[in-house]
Amino acid sequence: MKLSKSLPFRNLAGKPVRTVILVLLTVLLSLTVFGGTLMITSLKTGLHSLESRLGADIMVVPYEATTKSNLENIVLQGATGYFYMDNDKYHKILEREGIGEVSAQFFLASTSAGCCSSAVQIIGFDPETDFTITPWIKKSYGKELQKYDVVVGNNLNIFVGDTMTFYGTECHVAAKLDKTGTSFDTTVFTNQETIKALIQSSLDLNMNTFQNIDPEQVVSCVMINVAEGYTVEDVVNDINIHVKKVKAIQTKQMISGISDSLAGVSDIIGILIAVVWVLGVVILLLAFTMSVNERKKEFAVLRVVGASRKRLAGIVMQEALLTCLLGSIIGIGIGMLVIFPFNQLIEEQLNLPFLLPEAGKIIGYMISAVLASVIAGSISAMASAFRISRIDTALILRGDN
Amino acid sequence: MLLKAEKISKEFIREMKNTNRFLAVQETDFVLESGSLTVLMGRSGSGKSTFLNMLAGLMMPSSGKILLNDTDMYALSDKELSRFRNQHIGVIPQGQTALHSLNVLENVCLPYTLYGEDAHQQDALQLMEKLDILPLQSAMPSELSGGELRRMAIARAFLRKPDIILADEPTSDLDDENTRIVFSFLKQSAQDGSAVLVVTHENDAVQYADSIFRMNAGLLQKTSE
Repeated sequence: MKLSKSLPFRNLAGKPVRTVILVLLTVLLSLTVFGGTLMITSLKTGLHSLESRLGADIMVVPYEATTKSNLENIVLQGATGYFYMDNDKYHKILEREGIGEVSAQFFLASTSAGCCSSAVQIIGFDPETDFTITPWIKKSYGKELQKYDVVVGNNLNIFVGDTMTFYGTECHVAAKLDKTGTSFDTTVFTNQETIKALIQSSLDLNMNTFQNIDPEQVVSCVMINVAEGYTVEDVVNDINIHVKKVKAIQTKQMISGISDSLAGVSDIIGILIAVVWVLGVVILLLAFTMSVNERKKEFAVLRVVGASRKRLAGIVMQEALLTCLLGSIIGIGIGMLVIFPFNQLIEEQLNLPFLLPEAGKIIGYMISAVLASVIAGSISAMASAFRISRIDTALILRGDN
Repeated sequence: MLLKAEKISKEFIREMKNTNRFLAVQETDFVLESGSLTVLMGRSGSGKSTFLNMLAGLMMPSSGKILLNDTDMYALSDKELSRFRNQHIGVIPQGQTALHSLNVLENVCLPYTLYGEDAHQQDALQLMEKLDILPLQSAMPSELSGGELRRMAIARAFLRKPDIILADEPTSDLDDENTRIVFSFLKQSAQDGSAVLVVTHENDAVQYADSIFRMNAGLLQKTSE
């Protein structure tokens, strides 16, 4: 490369300590912008995923299950648990007004699944009526589930064709689902025929906390979509008034707690991004000012041999751009190394749904992070570039005499 | 090539007892002709360097104009004047003037490489040999003594064989032997056709001069031809 073009590179290489400090600053800047944006988006994507996976307006559960934290933990946070109510509640619900789609679900928790360090939640559904689970299972498994077929969540360390044993009953893994970023990633799904058999096995082994139930006569919950012309609130109130010993809950209300937590976390990350960006601009401004002041004499020499004022400003800006570009690429690399392999750990630590957005969006965030760093660097360097372009060459050359 | 200053003066704003205007160079005319070595002497603070910087296109006069072969230097845009200085004027500034990220040879070749031109390394090496710094071509400026840095700056100013050489205290860091070499070098350059102006305190410079000027409190006076 010709010296006329490589001078900014040579200047940066000639002062490695200064350059490394400037690069580290922009690494921090881009890491915060990229990592923070990706975190916020992943949390929002996770929440959206959770909403769509719940897929119903109303969830009706036995009243006892509504010691609320217990229910929320099971449905939203991936805790294991189960509860049952008589089948006639389901039929009574069917008779109420405003019921559109409706389907029963059945819960069971395994003791040890052989695949996992802890128990897993098993959810059974009725393939005839189900409208919440079947649509997204179909994306991974197009066929109908046979008896003792199970579909497993993405985070379970088990694969298609493997066998899982629940309460002494062997089940065949027919499919593994795509990642949802929710508690469903650690759940096992099966049809009602299989889960009823598994509930019976747990009863036979005396390992079910409910002793006096007939698996054929119970359901765990009823998922409802309201019919057109009815409001969710009206249907919830109607069920709660007219069907005894059950609790109808709006799924949106269940998610609102998570939604609030997510808003809190997003706000904190958003503020962090803004603070780091502003601090980054200020620190880079000081760093570039010091760097240019320190080299005023060298810029004066360039003037003496024929560099224009614009050229001097160009050298300062090029140095800033090179520094910021390098720093932002490293920052994004670190962000990817932290978030991609550890996203499950982050999900567990935050206790919030966390799902990485699609690749196109991630690339968009990478470009945005590079731009944010380069813009910060450019703003910071502009003042120095302007000052150096107004340099009084004669005065500076006399400075050491 | 003829460098001509017409009624130039330089005034600075400076806090003083009776006025805040300081006249560094009083209105003066000056001509620097090709093939001659002109020496400008005077006490420190008398305005010599200010005068030289105005001639170099580095400091705009408060009044008057500077013509180089009928081109009014300060009527040019900054970009044009910078390129003009690069091609026609070799300046040897006061003090240490190296780019520390470049080695000695790269510093010497800067007038060419700054504009993406061929470095003319052979010419640079010849100049460095004459100035006795050839073995230092790959050294970094931080490894050089003050005198070696000064000779590097001289080589850099001469590389493009400029029409005008303006040297501000070119021998201030040099021993007697190197002072003699540099003045001989400047004299030879004048004899080869350049117009050379040397600002100096060295009395020995007189023996090389074709004409001598003295600056006293901003007033330029010719003392001998």
